[in-house]
Amino acid sequence: MEKTEIPLLEMKGISKDFFGNQVLNDINFTLHRGEILGLVGENGAGKSTLMKILFGMEEILQTGGYGGDVLIDGKKVLFKSPEDALRAGIGMVHQEFSLLPEFTVAENILLNREPEKYSVMSELFGKRLNTVDRAEMQRRALKAISKLGIELDAGKRIQDLPVGYKQFTEIARELSKEDDKRDEGASSLRLLVLDEPTAVLSEKEAETLLSAMHMLSEAGIAIIFISHRLHEITSACDTVMVMRDGLIIKKVPAKSANVSDIASWMVGRSVSTERVERKVEVRSDKDILKVEHLKVIMPGEMVRDVSFSVKEGEIFGIGGLAGQGKIGIPNGIMGLYNAMGNVEFDGKKVTLNAPRMPLDEGMAFVSEDRRGVGLLLDESLEWNVAFAAMQIKEDFLKKIGPMKFRDQRAIEKVTKEYVDLLEIKCTSTRQKAKELSGGNQQKVCLAKAFALSPRLLFVSEPTRGIDIGAKALVLSALRRYNEEHKVTIVMVSSELEELRSICDRIAIIQDGRVADILPATSDSTEFGMLMVSKVNKEAN
Amino acid sequence: MGLDTASLDSAMLKTKIQGLVKSFGLPRLIIALFLLLLFIIAPFAGLNFFTGLSDTFNRFGMNAVLVLAMVPMIHSGCGLNFGLPLGIISGLLGATLSLEFEFTGMASFLMAIVFSTPFAVILGYGYGVLLNKVKGGEMMIATYVGFSSVAFMCMMWLLLPYDNPSMVWGFSGEGLRTTISLEGAYSGILMNFLSLEIGHLKIPFGMFLFFALLAFLVWGFLKTKTGTAMTAVGSNPVFATASGVSVDKMRTLSVVMSTWLGAVGIIVYQQSFGFIQLYMSPFYMALPAVSAILLGGASVNKASITNVVIGTFLFQGILTMTPSVMNGLIQTDVSEVIRIIVSNGMILYALTRKQEATR
Repeated sequence: MEKTEIPLLEMKGISKDFFGNQVLNDINFTLHRGEILGLVGENGAGKSTLMKILFGMEEILQTGGYGGDVLIDGKKVLFKSPEDALRAGIGMVHQEFSLLPEFTVAENILLNREPEKYSVMSELFGKRLNTVDRAEMQRRALKAISKLGIELDAGKRIQDLPVGYKQFTEIARELSKEDDKRDEGASSLRLLVLDEPTAVLSEKEAETLLSAMHMLSEAGIAIIFISHRLHEITSACDTVMVMRDGLIIKKVPAKSANVSDIASWMVGRSVSTERVERKVEVRSDKDILKVEHLKVIMPGEMVRDVSFSVKEGEIFGIGGLAGQGKIGIPNGIMGLYNAMGNVEFDGKKVTLNAPRMPLDEGMAFVSEDRRGVGLLLDESLEWNVAFAAMQIKEDFLKKIGPMKFRDQRAIEKVTKEYVDLLEIKCTSTRQKAKELSGGNQQKVCLAKAFALSPRLLFVSEPTRGIDIGAKALVLSALRRYNEEHKVTIVMVSSELEELRSICDRIAIIQDGRVADILPATSDSTEFGMLMVSKVNKEAN
Repeated sequence: MGLDTASLDSAMLKTKIQGLVKSFGLPRLIIALFLLLLFIIAPFAGLNFFTGLSDTFNRFGMNAVLVLAMVPMIHSGCGLNFGLPLGIISGLLGATLSLEFEFTGMASFLMAIVFSTPFAVILGYGYGVLLNKVKGGEMMIATYVGFSSVAFMCMMWLLLPYDNPSMVWGFSGEGLRTTISLEGAYSGILMNFLSLEIGHLKIPFGMFLFFALLAFLVWGFLKTKTGTAMTAVGSNPVFATASGVSVDKMRTLSVVMSTWLGAVGIIVYQQSFGFIQLYMSPFYMALPAVSAILLGGASVNKASITNVVIGTFLFQGILTMTPSVMNGLIQTDVSEVIRIIVSNGMILYALTRKQEATR
């Protein structure tokens, strides 16, 4: 890229406050054609707000606009709505999906921009009665999908897809826009903003996406890539921009930066992603959990035939690509999805398909679906932390006659303890769970499971969508809990490095079956091979 | 000078008032102010202020338990209890049985509640099981459960073998009358108990106490382990399942409770009204109670005892005061017309306020 050319996008002295709360302060940067800019920062660093300004989101205007200038092609622009931004050729893929689950992939990609066919009816009644050109739609959808370098059946319904493919559909929608006949003055896609597109993808899927990004960049499309996965940033981006507390801390060429540098710029302290060795040995030779021929019917995460056993005191990791069935395992054992097979806990057979049973036996589960399963969003932290223990173990209750009343004092006390222990950021223990950030919500989910004082804890995707500081805290809390209370932990995660950092052994799930179980110290390439291999070795 | 002080005062009070308005809710405040206005202009319409207030208190006592019957179902996520007529029918069965066995005085009131209880439990259980099969569409189904049970009972009132002469049709000797007097039974039993009379002002402390007792029981129940589970089921059923709580069981329990409260509610209503009304009378009883609790600030899945008290007072206050004040002002008897306009208008307003549950 020639530095003398007029940059595609320039932001000059951007600042923004929400009712006196300064979230962006004097942001200056430029972006050239075909450049991939990696934008990183902890949750709340101001990344999302900056992108909202770029995209002309209404909430920015409603809260008093912003300071500074946005320049496109050297000309000052002021987007009043996302439509204006779209017309200028800016596309955005959001963290949350905006897809219609009942519609097919192709229909979602071309929603409201369907290619149309002229018919007799439209001659009579006007353009509104043009028919949808299904063949052309299929063609365009496939063209956009092929740009991503993946295979995806455009006729499949969104609800039947694993989460990673939903993400691809969203990106394909932005890509398909270049085929549209545009109104005058509107330009085709020139700048694509990807807000944590890989957060829900497995590593393999993420790689596919990164190579797709390169293809787009070669075609001259500039990309702003927001991610918490730093190795993706360093490998895929041209430039890395680090934000912290509403300021740009660093902007450097990606080649000159390494992951640990970026991580320390982000959090303002150094963070290690290295494996943490055990300080105390709590493992024994006894098998505490035995799973034989487990089959779980969980849409998108089918478990076909899984057998493994977990030793008491161990941290057992379950990894694998998205949609291969790793998430189905804890959900099946805990009775949340229909399951078959034989599960033994501490020598006793566990009744499947009855959520109460495994809880009574002393197992607990931190779900990957924080907002749907993990939390009472509309209730206080106190309720979230104490509820399960109250129902299962009859803790935090005081008896008056035959009635068991909530013991408000005990509940408050235990919640305060966990707020301190896990460094949950909240205004009070009465605050509603929905008002917390993702990382803090995850900590509340952990506190809930800890309060049950389980003997075996299932943790599913404990760090999904939370920032790097909170991630380290969650992982170290798990390890500490394991060592201090001798609790066996089964951790399911898409991020191999995370599993390798605290687990003792890791099982890789492939196509609903155990590909192999390896010690966590094995080379990461070995795990990588297992994830993609089609050979099913018998699990030991 | 007076003007200056006023403007200064208002400036100082402005922030304070804004805070109050926000915590109380603007719509509720407007309704409360309207009610206050009615009380203020009542004397100019030739109406005694205290008589109006007494009427409002009386109607509050009559209806508050029926409104309270909304609370358990809202907590468990079953939505608003549009099936209230089912509870009322249980209450009517209890009331008629109590009269059939010729109980009198306080005993007849208590026996009416005792007799209605098994009906409320059985009908409520069936109703709860049905609602568990139609999760997401509870309120629509509940409405029709209410309607169809009323229609069914219209036949049963004629067929059931009651034979107390004070209740059956005089000429045929069988089939219950549409309106049955409670004279000698429990007419006014709570209304006149511990009632305080100062001039025109009459405060029915007996009714208030009875309501307070039931409200206290519901409030206490919601603080128990089971009550907490019920609220959690309403707040996030998946969370509750994952915490080992049986969602269906909690919902059924809440429906049984609501149905029983509905039964007691109608008996309290009758003792103040002085009559048992059968046949079509339970048909439209659900809407005023639903509206009252919405007016009180409840939503489809959150409700408190405070919502019940404030809502019932506002709803019944306006319903009592508007027709009489309007009548006094325009000197023509249109009270019934105005009553219908006001009550349905408030129902309409309250229903637009309910936030559709996300589940």
